[in-house]
Amino acid sequence: MFTSVDDVSTRLAETGYLASPAVATTVFLADRLGKPLLVEGPAGVGKTELAKAVAEVAGARLVRLQCYEGVDESRALYEWNHAKQLLRISAGRDESWDDTRTDIFSEEFLLPRPLLTAIRGDDPKVLLIDETDKADVEVEGLLLEVLSDFQVTVPELGTVTAARRPFVVLTSNASRELSEALRRRCLFLHIGFPDEELERRIVRLKVPALTETLAESVVRVVGALRAMDLRKVPSVAETIDWARTLLALGADTLDEQVVRDSLGVILKHQDDIQKAAAKLDLDAL
Amino acid sequence: MSAPAGPLADLADRLTGLVGALRAHGVRVGTGETVDAARAVEALGLAEREPLREGLAATLLHGTGQRAVFDQVFDLYFPRGVGGPGDGSGDGSGDRDELRERLADALADDDTALLRQLAAQAVDGFGGYGSSPGSDGWSSYQTLDRLRPQTLLARVRADIRARGGNGAGFADRLLDDEIRRRIEAFRGMVAAEARRRVAERRGRDEIARRAVAPSADRVDFLFAGRDQLTELRRAVQPLARKLATRLAARRRRAARGTIDLRRTLRGSLSTGGVPMRPVLRRRRPVRPELVLLCDVSGSVSGFSDFTMLLVQALHDQFSKVRVFAFVNRIDEVTGLLEHGRADPEGLGARIRAEATLTGWHGSSDYGMALGEFAERYGAAVGPRTTVFVLGDARTNNLDPNLAAVRRVAGQARRVYWLNPEQRSLWGTGDSAAPDYAELVEMHECRTARQLSGLIARLLPV
Ligand SMILES: Nc1ncnc2c1ncn2[C@@H]1O[C@H](COP(=O)(O)OP(=O)(O)O)[C@@H](O)[C@H]1O
Ligand SMILES: [Mg+2]
Repeated sequence: MFTSVDDVSTRLAETGYLASPAVATTVFLADRLGKPLLVEGPAGVGKTELAKAVAEVAGARLVRLQCYEGVDESRALYEWNHAKQLLRISAGRDESWDDTRTDIFSEEFLLPRPLLTAIRGDDPKVLLIDETDKADVEVEGLLLEVLSDFQVTVPELGTVTAARRPFVVLTSNASRELSEALRRRCLFLHIGFPDEELERRIVRLKVPALTETLAESVVRVVGALRAMDLRKVPSVAETIDWARTLLALGADTLDEQVVRDSLGVILKHQDDIQKAAAKLDLDAL
Repeated sequence: MSAPAGPLADLADRLTGLVGALRAHGVRVGTGETVDAARAVEALGLAEREPLREGLAATLLHGTGQRAVFDQVFDLYFPRGVGGPGDGSGDGSGDRDELRERLADALADDDTALLRQLAAQAVDGFGGYGSSPGSDGWSSYQTLDRLRPQTLLARVRADIRARGGNGAGFADRLLDDEIRRRIEAFRGMVAAEARRRVAERRGRDEIARRAVAPSADRVDFLFAGRDQLTELRRAVQPLARKLATRLAARRRRAARGTIDLRRTLRGSLSTGGVPMRPVLRRRRPVRPELVLLCDVSGSVSGFSDFTMLLVQALHDQFSKVRVFAFVNRIDEVTGLLEHGRADPEGLGARIRAEATLTGWHGSSDYGMALGEFAERYGAAVGPRTTVFVLGDARTNNLDPNLAAVRRVAGQARRVYWLNPEQRSLWGTGDSAAPDYAELVEMHECRTARQLSGLIARLLPV
């Protein structure tokens, strides 16, 4: 898919994703070694976006499994369309049960979910298993199975083996530790907050109307907030939001008034806002 | 260092050495990962060092906490260069001022590559010790002591301001902290360079084992320095979030149970009476209560402070949390802890200033404190309460008052004792640990990693 690490950076950048050297290197290796990529890091640092960008670069279809508490096999893998099956059963009253049974457990009544979708067909795909840490531990067993042999057995239909393995990205906010077994299956990439230079470029790319100087100030203030001991420090997503807000407010430089008025865009907790205001020497809010 | 038989043999040696050093630091690296690492090296080539670092990290590591150890070990096995600019021949004092000049410029420019180069020169010029420079070793402490980068702050600030730019703007107030962070990073570079040079002399395997700092969650509470305690405190919130999810999962498992037949049948009406989706009975459990008794005397205060913060961060997992601190008298500090959220660094000092923890002397007296707890606060402990006692059980040879512990244990649902001292020391000197351990379940809890494991396992759900 890629010829070199630089090739990864260049082509991701063309889709609007600016990769750090660590990101570019690991994406390159995941492709070369054919291993799933586990991306861990705080919310809003571009984990989901990375998978989308890779899909775009590869001209691949993005298949997304969004994890949540309680997601199960029937949501992740496949499910039989019960309602449709019942209709079919009541429609065919005069045929034998054996015929009916063969019929209702056929392709037509199957609802493929992301994991199955990702290994069927031979078009290129990127499988994004998003926010894996939100799923219950039991789901990891299922993921491990699918990611080990890239095959799925549907008892009534047989075994589906991937004709073409998808490029797999798992993301996690590390709200809980994923199992060792799943981690071992993957290449590991931690995305943290970008360095100043990269974050400035991201802001300039996403909010092109913002001046260079203002972008620089924005990134410096965000950097200072991250060094404070806050309940929730701002992420790249907040930096971008803040830049957009400043633009909307018509600010062309930062001053106490503007920062005070817009701090709520970057910080979500009232006590964080107070603490930051004090440390940034904004007068009483 | 073993003599390389050729570039490839040398590479294999380095990789094995690196993996060995990681394992010695508690990173579990399997053969599969080692094979992947070799494939990564093949795919990336050896021409550039930073992609190699990232590639090896991606294949060998499985979590974020291991990265700091990895970086130090990587620097030893894949050093930037061999030897140094002057190989220790710099005579020191003469070019000190010149080097400080150049350091100030690099700090003002925030030029990482140049800073790294200067770190190498600094160690070369000022870090060697022994009869001739560097004959006995290289010291980052000595380098930094001579160079004193922290005293450059004012100079760098003035430089940046003089250059104009947007110096007068709002972000200018951030400048001092930014410069401090750059200086801090430079100190880290000096330390890495000194380690690398020592490794060249003494064989990197030995240095990798001894001189690489363990990750903060594996440092003994009792020996942790200030920086490590600060780093730990910063880890409280994420750790609490992690633990909360694990507790929630345990709670769900406990609650998930039997099938609710009536609701299953009712639900099956839409499928013509075929019960397709079993409905599970949900139990609404009463959240448990928690009481913490913490020895906050000097020797174990790092451990207690950290644990209190962690429990405070977990408070919504419980219907009630009450925290008591003692040295030789005991006092409730629950309120101080709640207000202390915004300023975790100050917590210990505030507790020691505002609570009544000592009587007529300042050293720990477990017997006295536990007795006072049983008497004054006995009502805090009931059949739904789990009690944690935190401390090293060193009684200064005073009466351990086992009766008081027995009384609390009789009232509580469970009592656990977390002892930050290594098990082999329990019972030596004035430690009453074995006596207490006969009455309540006592666990060794030396590091943040052990603590989170214990909390995830022992906390009631
Ligand atoms: N390196 C980057 N290049 C381009 N945009 C980025 C980058 N990092 C973050 N973003 C932007 O930040 C926002 C949050 O990214 P997202 O992928 O949703 O975060 P996550 O999945 O890590 O929570 C998106 O708008 C994304 O475009
Ligand atoms: Mg996301």
